[in-house]
Amino acid sequence: MNITVCIGSSCHIKGSRQVVERLQALIAEHNVGETVTLSGAFCMGNCQQGVCVTVDKKLFSVSPETVDAFFQENVLDVILREEVDDHG
Amino acid sequence: MRKFDTKVQYLKYKVLREVARLAWDDTLLDNILDIPKTIIPGKHSTMRCCVYKERAIVADRVHLAMGGDPNNPNVIEVIETACDECPMGGYEVTNACRGCLAHRCEDVCKKGAITFDHNHVAHIDKSKCVGCGACAKVCPYTAIVNRMRPCQNACKVKAISMNEEQVAVINNDKCIACGACVYQCPFGAIMDKSFLLDVIDLLKQSERNTKYQVYAVVAPSVSSQFTYAKLGQVITGLKEIGFHTVVEAALGADMVAYAESQELAEKGFLTSSCCPAFVQYVHNAHPDLEPYVSHNLSPMATIARYIKQSDPKAKIVFIGPCTAKKAEARKERVKPYIDAVITFEELQALFDSRDLDITTLAEGVLDNASYYGRIFARCGGLADAVAEGLKEHGYDDFELKATSCDGIEECKLALLKYSKGVLDVNFIEGMACKGGCIGGAGCLTHGVKDKAEVDRYGKEAYEKTISDAISVLK
Repeated sequence: MNITVCIGSSCHIKGSRQVVERLQALIAEHNVGETVTLSGAFCMGNCQQGVCVTVDKKLFSVSPETVDAFFQENVLDVILREEVDDHG
Repeated sequence: MRKFDTKVQYLKYKVLREVARLAWDDTLLDNILDIPKTIIPGKHSTMRCCVYKERAIVADRVHLAMGGDPNNPNVIEVIETACDECPMGGYEVTNACRGCLAHRCEDVCKKGAITFDHNHVAHIDKSKCVGCGACAKVCPYTAIVNRMRPCQNACKVKAISMNEEQVAVINNDKCIACGACVYQCPFGAIMDKSFLLDVIDLLKQSERNTKYQVYAVVAPSVSSQFTYAKLGQVITGLKEIGFHTVVEAALGADMVAYAESQELAEKGFLTSSCCPAFVQYVHNAHPDLEPYVSHNLSPMATIARYIKQSDPKAKIVFIGPCTAKKAEARKERVKPYIDAVITFEELQALFDSRDLDITTLAEGVLDNASYYGRIFARCGGLADAVAEGLKEHGYDDFELKATSCDGIEECKLALLKYSKGVLDVNFIEGMACKGGCIGGAGCLTHGVKDKAEVDRYGKEAYEKTISDAISVLK
């Protein structure tokens, strides 16, 4: 799973660094570093919805306040579902 | 509003602007032969002997504006028609010599090149003179002058000589593409090849960034440029012209500082690799020291590589003060990451080719890099950043002994001393231009306040440390 956080100027001002740091911490905390890769991108063209984050190319609007909920819903839950699917 | 230092730059700009204007309209090939007449309407010449010579020179400039001679690998070229074949006597005694008694010139000359006639007037024996200039410095009447050509004088790596017709010739094996001669030739007879047409093509083919996205990577020295407008307006201007977004090369500088400080701690001695003219100089003149040049890519290439990793279809244009970056972008290691390089001079032409007055635009933001990444633009900044990098890595017991070389002459001296084992440093910051990148040949203006502007821009950075700036990039 690839999570990409926009670190372009607009998202940066809206707190992309805090989002990145929180995501790094959450990935470590839940021990999903092997499944999830985190990277940065410059401007996804949706500056109004910043901080722009994509999970496997699907776009989300995240803020430092909502990052925990976002991670639970769109990362952890998805991983869990995939594992259930894999094991039938 | 004064946009350039000299009229030569202005003339070069007018040609670039005209070529760009026609390129946007897809009418360049139809109108290419008319450009000289558009720029030099006549009837009376204003610069040279006649309008026909002026037009011939403009035609050669058009050629360079379109990429220059493809058979010449150097990005710097002599415009033979424009070379005024300046006198080239070197040091000469003028008639201001009063035939004094002190003969300081004779005393100071280590080569014994100065003799006196029966009137005590000094004469220089050209076969002995090495052009050190010591005699000129000590003469109380300033009677000894240097009649070296401005291009030769500017070229501290001695890559310029004259052919049989007295026209300047560049030795490509010695040239480091720093552009000093481009800026210093008072007749504008040496010019850097322009890749402006490539940039216009990239922007047009992207179909408003729908087919692929075009990124502008801007050097931190931009903070000392376009002084008639605000920096944020330059950023908005770039987007108006058609760039998808603008990224600070300074962020690449943060990444370099972080990696380079680690490399330094591991290897124990290093020179910087940010300045392509310096790197080329080491390659040409000190191949023995080449292994000690940092293996990191330059900030330009580092950030471009990062962008292309996250967006493989991205096209990247570097915009900076530097002619040597044009040569760097052609290197095998860098070519995959950089699609074109233009200078601030060319960016001004690009703005004006679209009649875009950036002073009327809203201010965009440019905020990714740290203070340290941004001060790479001035001499000494890189060494400061490496010191910070060492600290942030926790190499507290590594004692940094850095020397910051301001201009290629200081670089030459430091490298020579180091190779002889008489320079007690473990880090050489090499900047080919005086003052660092803010002294680059592709700058619109060069001023005494430039360093302060860079520092001020650095202090405006959100990110105070290198680790903050590159947290997601590591």
